[in-house]
Amino acid sequence: MSNAYELSIEKLPNPEKATLEGKNKFLGFWFFLGGETVLFGTLFATFLALRDKVGNGPAGHELFSITTTFISTMILLFSSLTSVFAILALKDYRLRMMQFWFWVTILLGLCFLSLEIYEFFNYVKEGLGYKTSAFSSSFYTLVGTHGSHVFFGILWISTLMIASYKKGITTVTAPKYYIAALYWHFIDVVWVFIFTVVYLLGILGG
Amino acid sequence: MDWNQSTINHYLEKQKKRQELIHYFVSFVLMILFTVLAFVAVMLRDSINDYLIAIFIVTMAIVQVVFQLYYFMHMKEQDHGFPALFLYSGASVAFLTVISFVSIVWIS
Repeated sequence: MSNAYELSIEKLPNPEKATLEGKNKFLGFWFFLGGETVLFGTLFATFLALRDKVGNGPAGHELFSITTTFISTMILLFSSLTSVFAILALKDYRLRMMQFWFWVTILLGLCFLSLEIYEFFNYVKEGLGYKTSAFSSSFYTLVGTHGSHVFFGILWISTLMIASYKKGITTVTAPKYYIAALYWHFIDVVWVFIFTVVYLLGILGG
Repeated sequence: MDWNQSTINHYLEKQKKRQELIHYFVSFVLMILFTVLAFVAVMLRDSINDYLIAIFIVTMAIVQVVFQLYYFMHMKEQDHGFPALFLYSGASVAFLTVISFVSIVWIS
């Protein structure tokens, strides 16, 4: 091959969709998100059906704090914006910038997770165990499934970031970063419904 | 002056990126606004009808999710027919499940 055929990857727009593999990953990931929507739909349905069945345990409006919910919501919303910045940096092939914004995303995710664990810890202390009532089981299952998604997202993005120091931005790695950011946005989408349906409607119901 | 095609393309590319960045910022500010409005509505629960607040905050959530999906998850861009198909199929199954569980007579 002569030098005339040597192409610089930086000239290639949208590296995340440049290869068939990247396109397939994108398509397959959206299919997965469709399935996740159904999963969370069933958990929301169960929660909505059982949220008044508090038995002898405490009800939602006795436990939920509007301040904590607001702080977690803002943390997750901001982490959604930082992952948008990471993808913008990816499209410009600015590796350091992308790593920085993804690390900020991970940090915000960790803050959210710690707040949620602290919150659950307090609920258990106030007598809301997993088996206390139908409300408590459906609440912990729904919010806990979301929390485990956040946990998985943190693991996923941090391993990608550790690998990115060696692998950089190529047509192989770009789809991975792009899809991880999509996953993170989806986590935020689910949280929007959780803070509205579980927390705000819960406080309202009291 | 060297106004060849590549400089023009470069300029257009730059303009497009700036436009995109403005879209992201505007949608982010709107999402923050919808969230704050929902929380404020709940804090005013003593003076406003509860059903009205419930309808309002659920509407705010749906609008916010639409912004998240179309701007942050790029569903407004081209080649997003299949993602839309997958997501809306999932959402309709989820919606049916929620409706049936909320209206089921044996639980409540």
